[in-house]
Amino acid sequence: MLELANISKRYGKAQALAHCELRVPAGETVVLIGPSGCGKSTLLRLIAGLIQADSGTIVFAGETLTQGNILRARHRMGYVIQEGGLFPHLSVHDNVIVMARYLRRDTAWIANRITELAQLVRLPLELMTRYPAELSGGQRQRVSLMRALMLDPELLLLDEPLGALDPMIRYELQQELKVIFRQLGKSVVMVTHDIAEAAYFGHTLVLMRSGRIVQRGSFKDLARSPAEPFVEQFITAQRDPLEQLAEALK
Amino acid sequence: MKSRLWLATVLMALCSVQVSPAFSAATPATVTVASKNFTESVILGEMLRLLAKHSGAKAVHRRQLGGTRVLWNALLSGMIDAYPEYTGTLLQEIMVKENVHSDAQLRAALAKHGLRMTRPLGFNNTYAIGVKTTLAKRLGLRTISDLRRHPELVFGFSNEFMDRADGWPGLQRRYALPQRKVRGLDHDLAYRGIEAGTLQVTDLYATDAEITYYQLRALTDDLHYFPVYNAVILYRADLQQRAPAVVALFKRLADHIDAAAMSAMNARVKIDGESETAVAADFLDKHLDLDVDYRLQGAWQRFRQHTAEHLILVAISLSAAIIIAVPLGILAAFRPRLGQLVLATTSILQTIPSLALFVFMIPLLGIGAPPAIFALFLYSLLPIVRNTYAGLKDIPPAVIESARALGLPPGARLRIVELPLATRAILAGIKTSAVLNVGTATLSALIGAGGYGQPILTGIRLDDIGLILQGAVPAAVLALLVQGLFELVERGLLPKGLRIQTNKARSLE
Repeated sequence: MLELANISKRYGKAQALAHCELRVPAGETVVLIGPSGCGKSTLLRLIAGLIQADSGTIVFAGETLTQGNILRARHRMGYVIQEGGLFPHLSVHDNVIVMARYLRRDTAWIANRITELAQLVRLPLELMTRYPAELSGGQRQRVSLMRALMLDPELLLLDEPLGALDPMIRYELQQELKVIFRQLGKSVVMVTHDIAEAAYFGHTLVLMRSGRIVQRGSFKDLARSPAEPFVEQFITAQRDPLEQLAEALK
Repeated sequence: MKSRLWLATVLMALCSVQVSPAFSAATPATVTVASKNFTESVILGEMLRLLAKHSGAKAVHRRQLGGTRVLWNALLSGMIDAYPEYTGTLLQEIMVKENVHSDAQLRAALAKHGLRMTRPLGFNNTYAIGVKTTLAKRLGLRTISDLRRHPELVFGFSNEFMDRADGWPGLQRRYALPQRKVRGLDHDLAYRGIEAGTLQVTDLYATDAEITYYQLRALTDDLHYFPVYNAVILYRADLQQRAPAVVALFKRLADHIDAAAMSAMNARVKIDGESETAVAADFLDKHLDLDVDYRLQGAWQRFRQHTAEHLILVAISLSAAIIIAVPLGILAAFRPRLGQLVLATTSILQTIPSLALFVFMIPLLGIGAPPAIFALFLYSLLPIVRNTYAGLKDIPPAVIESARALGLPPGARLRIVELPLATRAILAGIKTSAVLNVGTATLSALIGAGGYGQPILTGIRLDDIGLILQGAVPAAVLALLVQGLFELVERGLLPKGLRIQTNKARSLE
């Protein structure tokens, strides 16, 4: 579905990405994980063509992405960012259909799709006439997901989609998202810095550090046979507090 | 490129609206006269207009068009056909480098510029020395030399006259005046001092209205100390061919207006508050036996005319500014290097003092509405450009990123997302421009474009607060109305989602 070969990117002197290779098979969820500034978001934005790599190629659905075909390719990718990136001047309904309307999709098809998606993300249809400023954080991310799914893309790109939510809502949405992913069977690339979230969603975890991919594999692989000490440190750093909690409850 | 084309279109449209009358040779001939920024000139200008009209020509009088240079250049370029001038001014200001001394030399020099002048009208508006008529009669004072016999008289001169080499110091030397009690003071105070009897002699202009009002006598400059400022009518040589009847009537004014008559006319306007038109017509009737017909505009009619002129100035210049400035602001936001250039250029335009900007336009676009509109247009650009730029730059990056990630091409992004989000900022810029524009447009009267500035200008000349308010109050009200209008527009244009955000933000505060 998606294949990145030998991708490098610099910002001035800083090497943001160095020789990254990534393969996302159809229907699989790949989670990019690592500390802040490791290049995981940069990689995601490269896939969406929001920035250009200095070298390397990206092949999406059998086609090498270029400046020429990126606009069309984006119609086949759904993209959700941390704060949702909803257009504040448009209602929920208009936010979701903005691209479909631009492409002059059939109105009946659009109406049908809205109902379907609202059901999928569990948003009542009455909410469609509201504006982003009138929604809660969790509702906004649901709308953002609806917008990303509107054109039924083959690939979903999620950049810390739950990062700005409080823990309760975050937990609830995690559950729902997993169900949705399973239901849809789409390829997903998700960025997070939370190892638990990564383990929960990802078939494959890709751990990055300073623009390089350190290790890829399932959570078990990473935890049991870390490729370098950093992998172990990264996992332990997030696991320890939880285990201490569990210890205290015994 | 595109914007320059727009500019050209707008300018062409403006020019076609108001073709300068002096250029059109259609019958009946159109004669444009003008006057300087003081009452005497305006009265004489009105006489010229009434005379031209009497001969059957279409006549326009551009009142208080400006100072000597502005009128001289307007006459040279053919924007006006005639105006009242003083020989002394021509010699001292215009032809100071041309070594012109006699009247004959002056005529020859004017001819080289394609201009002519009439014979002197009969008064010499130079500095004069004045005393109360009653005192003059009692002491038998007729000439300045007569003052030598009365060393006890107290002199009070305006500060300027005291200081100038060609003022009091030179006068004292030429006439060997013995008086010791000589004070410098404000001109108005000098008149009051004369009235109260605390001083007896002061400087004045030979035709000042105050001569009549305070019943003063201007003493004859028998030693010819003061330069001669004979009033004449200056006109273009081609007017002789285009409208010979008009020129013939102009020439009849020669030798008919003496200093006392001019001073009396100045007093009727400045002190009694009569209109220049009525005073001019009355003179023509009594002294040239010409029954000119004239119509005085009522206050309401004048107000309507000024309102119409002002609205046209504001509407055209502001619309053009909006049409040009919004795209410039967009350009500035998306092309950083070009944007700096655009912002810098419009900022520099804004730093030009508005008065200077108006005057700069005269050589480019002449006088009247077109240069005023163009100056106002330039003045209105910056707030709109800057706010459009800022409005687009202030959109959160996450929103722009989302629009790009959706696959919207740049044009659609601008139309669907970016411009609607910048609406508030753009409208705020337009509002600022509109209010500035309405206020600044009052300066248009200085270059003959009329509007609410006209009563202000006349009010300043006649020292008439009421007249000044007749321009200032409507201008202020119009500024508020325009602002209100754009508030309504904002209510209609501002996307609902953005209003909700504001309300929420307000209720949270």
